[in-house]
Amino acid sequence: MSMMKNLTKGFFKENPVLVLALGLCPSLAVTTSIENGIGMGLAATAVLVGSSAIVSLLKKFIPGSVRIPIFIVIIATFVTMIDLTLQAFIPALSKSLGLFIPLIVVNCIILGRAEAYASKNSVFDSIIDAIGMGIGFTIALVLISSVREFTGTGSLLGYPLFQLMGIEGFKGSIMMILPPGGFLTMGLILAFMQWNRLRKKAKEGGR
Amino acid sequence: MDFSHLVVIAVSSIFINNFVLGRFLGICPFVGVSKKLDSAVGMGMAVIFVMTLASIVTYTIQKFILDPYDIQYLQTIAFILVIASLVQFIEMFMKKNMPSLYSALGIFLPLITTNCAVLGVAILNIDSTWADGTKYNFIESAWNGFTGGVGFTVALVLMAGIRERLELADIPESMKGLPIAFVTSALIAMAFLGFSGMSIM
Repeated sequence: MSMMKNLTKGFFKENPVLVLALGLCPSLAVTTSIENGIGMGLAATAVLVGSSAIVSLLKKFIPGSVRIPIFIVIIATFVTMIDLTLQAFIPALSKSLGLFIPLIVVNCIILGRAEAYASKNSVFDSIIDAIGMGIGFTIALVLISSVREFTGTGSLLGYPLFQLMGIEGFKGSIMMILPPGGFLTMGLILAFMQWNRLRKKAKEGGR
Repeated sequence: MDFSHLVVIAVSSIFINNFVLGRFLGICPFVGVSKKLDSAVGMGMAVIFVMTLASIVTYTIQKFILDPYDIQYLQTIAFILVIASLVQFIEMFMKKNMPSLYSALGIFLPLITTNCAVLGVAILNIDSTWADGTKYNFIESAWNGFTGGVGFTVALVLMAGIRERLELADIPESMKGLPIAFVTSALIAMAFLGFSGMSIM
C-alpha cells in the first residue's frame, strides 16, 4: 500500500469513530465545544503515535500470550505523559476534559491499532497509520462538536455567530450540550454515513 | 459513618448522573451488548461485580501505596494494571470454582477490562469530594462502585428491551443498526434528564 493511501485511509474510508464505531465514549462526552473536541483529538493522536511506534519497535520481543497487558502498560505510560503535559501547559483544557484524559487508556482505537496494525508492521508504517487514524478521530470529534456547539449555543469555536450577524437574543438549545444531544448528533451522523454507503452500493449495483 | 451519604451516592449514580446516560462512561458495551435482553442482564451483573471489586481494590491501592509514597502520578498505570489483572483473576477463579456462573458471565469478562466505566469509577472515587471538602471513604467508594454498576445495568436493560422490539419495527434502511440505537439512547437520556431536577444534598 502506498504511504499516502496508508495515511488517508483513516480520514474517511476507515474513520475510527464514524465507520468502525470505536472510541465512542470520548467522542460523545467531550464534544460540547469544538475546542474540547480538537484538544481531545490531538491528545489521543499523540498517545496513538507514541504507543504505535513503541509497540511496533518491540513487536519481536512481546510474547503473544501477554501482549494485551503489555500494550496497556505502554499506552498508559503515554497517557500519563500527556496528562502531566496538559496539566502543566494547558491547565484550562486539562480541566474541561477532566476524567476523560486518563480514560484515553481504555479508548479502543488505540489498543485496536496496536493489536491490528502496529504489532504486525514496520515502525514507519505504524507511525503513518497512527497519524492517519488520529487525524480521522479528530475529524470525527470536530464534526460532532461543531454540530453540538452550533445548535447548543449558536456559536462556532467560541464566536457567537448570531450576535456577530446582528441577531441579538439568540439562545441555543441547552439539550444539545447535555447528554441527549450527544447521542442524537451521533445517531444522525451515523445514519448519514450509512445512507451514503447504501447509495454508493446501489449505484455500483445498477451499473 | 454517615448513612445519608450512601443514599445520596445511590440516587446520584443510578438516576441523576447515570454512568451511561449522564456521564458517557461505558458507551461501547452499552451499544454493543444491548441487542438481546438475556446478554444485557448477564453483562450488567458482570459489570456490577467488577466495578464493586475494582472500587475496593483501587481505593486500597491509592490509600496504602500511592498516597504514602507520594506517587499519585502513577495512578492511571497502577489502576489499569490492577483492573486488568483483577478481571483476569476473577475469570480464572470463576472457571475453576463456579462453572455455572462462568458459563453465564464468562464471555463478558474480557470485554470489561476496556470498559471505561470501571476505570472511570475508580478515578471518580478518588477525585470526588463532598460539599464539606471530605473525600469518599472506603465504604462510600465500594458503594459508589456497586450503585454505578446498577445504574449501568438499568440503562443497558432498558436499552435492550427497546432494541428487541426495534428488530421487528419497520425503519428506514439507513437508520438500521447503530444510528437508531443512538437515537433511542438520546430519548432515554432525555427521560433521565428529568432526574436532574432532583436534589437531596
